[in-house]
Amino acid sequence: MRVLYFAWVRERIGIEAEDIDLPEGVATVAELAAFLGARGEGYAHAFENPRIVRAALDRRHAKPDTALGAAREIAFFPPMTGG
Amino acid sequence: MFTVRIQAQDFDAATEAAALARGRTDIGAIVTFAGLCRAQDAPGGAPLIALTLEHYPGMAEEEIGRLVEQARARWPLIGATVIHRYGRMVPGDNIVLVVTASAHRAAAFEAAQFLMDWLKTSAPFWKMEERDDGTGWIAAKDEDDEAAERWG
Repeated sequence: MRVLYFAWVRERIGIEAEDIDLPEGVATVAELAAFLGARGEGYAHAFENPRIVRAALDRRHAKPDTALGAAREIAFFPPMTGG
Repeated sequence: MFTVRIQAQDFDAATEAAALARGRTDIGAIVTFAGLCRAQDAPGGAPLIALTLEHYPGMAEEEIGRLVEQARARWPLIGATVIHRYGRMVPGDNIVLVVTASAHRAAAFEAAQFLMDWLKTSAPFWKMEERDDGTGWIAAKDEDDEAAERWG
């Protein structure tokens, strides 16, 4: 699965994107965030407050309990500040 | 005509509004809203040097397109143009444009406000600010969420 990071999530993790093989037991947005958060210091910093980090699944906003299903791309980012 | 553009280059609000009305006789109201880069948030605060807007290419267009579809379902719009810039902007620069056209003013006013309120909280853009005392990501504001949610 393609995983993209934006704004301070990207800065803390240190990369813009990566491909990840979903491990067993990771079936929702929140479970993937928890899995990523355990991968190292930068990831832990990015996901230290998982309620703040938002996600989009195949370019649509997704809630933490949304199933990853057959999605090809997921993005994690802070609350948006456009406009 | 309904158009969403995500671009680095500047836009001209009057040109975009005129393009929406050109050749038509059914439009009675056009509302044009432009959001600009502001130098100062509070008196006495360190003035802003620049904003850099990061976006999620692809999703930014799609998400704003979905908002335009929602606006069309709620109001009898004849046309709309939404332009959002990305990249580095200095105070006085244009950031975002919403133009709505309808037969009557209420629909055009309300749809423009709806689009701006939702765009601020759901379009995937992030602002990083540069000031004399450093740089940092701007935090989302609760009042922006509340402004969007009042539309139900």
